[in-house]
Amino acid sequence: MSDALALEGVRKSYGANEVLGGIDLAVAPHEVVCLIGASGSGKSTLLKCVNLIEPVTSGRIVVDGEEITARGVDVNRIRRKIGIVFQAFNLFPHMTVIDNITLGPRKALGVGRAEANRAAEELLERFGLAEKRLEYPDRLSGGQQQRAAIVRALAMKPKLMLLDEVTSALDPELVGGVLEVIRELAESGMTMVIATHEMGFARDIANRVCFLDAGLILEEGPPARIFESPENPRTQQFLQRILEAGRL
Amino acid sequence: MLVGVLAVLAPGSQKVQQVFFSPHHFAKSAGPVWHGFVINIKIMVVAEIVVLVLALGIAILRGLPGPAAFPLRALAVVYTDVFRGIPLILVVFIVGLGLPGLQLRFVSTQSVFVYGTIALILVYSAYVTEVYRAGIESVHASQVAAARSLGLTHWQTQRHVVLPQAVRRVIPPLLNDFIGLQKDTALVSLLGVVESAREAQDYAATYFNFTGYVVAAVYFVLLTIPLARFTDWLIRRDQRKTRAAAG
Repeated sequence: MSDALALEGVRKSYGANEVLGGIDLAVAPHEVVCLIGASGSGKSTLLKCVNLIEPVTSGRIVVDGEEITARGVDVNRIRRKIGIVFQAFNLFPHMTVIDNITLGPRKALGVGRAEANRAAEELLERFGLAEKRLEYPDRLSGGQQQRAAIVRALAMKPKLMLLDEVTSALDPELVGGVLEVIRELAESGMTMVIATHEMGFARDIANRVCFLDAGLILEEGPPARIFESPENPRTQQFLQRILEAGRL
Repeated sequence: MLVGVLAVLAPGSQKVQQVFFSPHHFAKSAGPVWHGFVINIKIMVVAEIVVLVLALGIAILRGLPGPAAFPLRALAVVYTDVFRGIPLILVVFIVGLGLPGLQLRFVSTQSVFVYGTIALILVYSAYVTEVYRAGIESVHASQVAAARSLGLTHWQTQRHVVLPQAVRRVIPPLLNDFIGLQKDTALVSLLGVVESAREAQDYAATYFNFTGYVVAAVYFVLLTIPLARFTDWLIRRDQRKTRAAAG
């Protein structure tokens, strides 16, 4: 079976500053991969490259059998297949929740309003936001906003979801609800790449954990092995610090 | 206050009162100056509508991405630089005397009303373009990233995500520019458009009394006050909203 996502030697530099130093990663369909590592290790940049928000400096990215880093590829068509959820939600503040969710399907996919609304309401129901459909984002709690942002990405029926530290901007008591949603997505078979600081969650949900440091994947493997017997000294050091901070 | 005291105590105050503030001439000139003021209002309405649309178009051109759009971006930059740089009075003369001088079929046979309005549109579109652009740039890049990540095109992102937020934010400064435009409609009298300032001038020439100018001034102020209060109200409403969102 071909990979849902494959990165081959992906490098990304901002001027002289190399953020990704040659990433190789293959994600199978229905696989959940968690990226862990300190802030600035390249997790977010990696996700942004996969979504083509940031152009790669060199290397290849293949999504669903199609090289998306090839010259002349239609970036809009590629992005419609990939959902991304940001740390800061980035909902559109001038639109109601339901309009936030249906904008993509209506404008990028050409779905009619009635059909888009019906699909959006189904998703809102599933993620416990049905009664918020006509509210504006600023009337929602952070957790509700983030769930709405996840629904917005899901409404495009993506083949692949990228989650960029989606709980980092939330008050602690709101984190659980969002993680619950992601767990449900994983159980429904969604292929996901998740950058996260929630180690307990990563251990719980991931099929595979990748430890990033200075733009390289230093170690990867099943969560039990990475968290319990990491081999790389940098991974050990990182997890030790997390442990001391009481975050594991 | 000081001006008021000076006006009363100055040696020529008696004379000025007679010539500028004569109740008799106030009543007598009110009609003809109003007649001219209607022309000011017409110019203002036409110019403001065209400016709103034209300036938005130029601001959008200026934000186009990619090297292929460079000539359009450059054109937009040159336009705003040039027409913000030239004093309005010069643009009025250049358009009002230049276009008829070209002796072209359609371009050179319009009325002074049209030339005056065009001059105002050219200058104020340059200002309002910058207002729109400030609004567009105030929309956070993460909003664009969110829209593009859904697969929306540059134009769809502008149309549905950036511009609605940008326009809402710039309404107060935009109305402020329109107050300026309202006043500057008096400058088209230089081309011979018989608007309120020109009517007051004619009145002064006929009766040797300048009260008509004061009448015109009163009309302008009366027109400006509602717009100024409306602008204040919009700003306060936005502040309330922002506070509510932050809280």
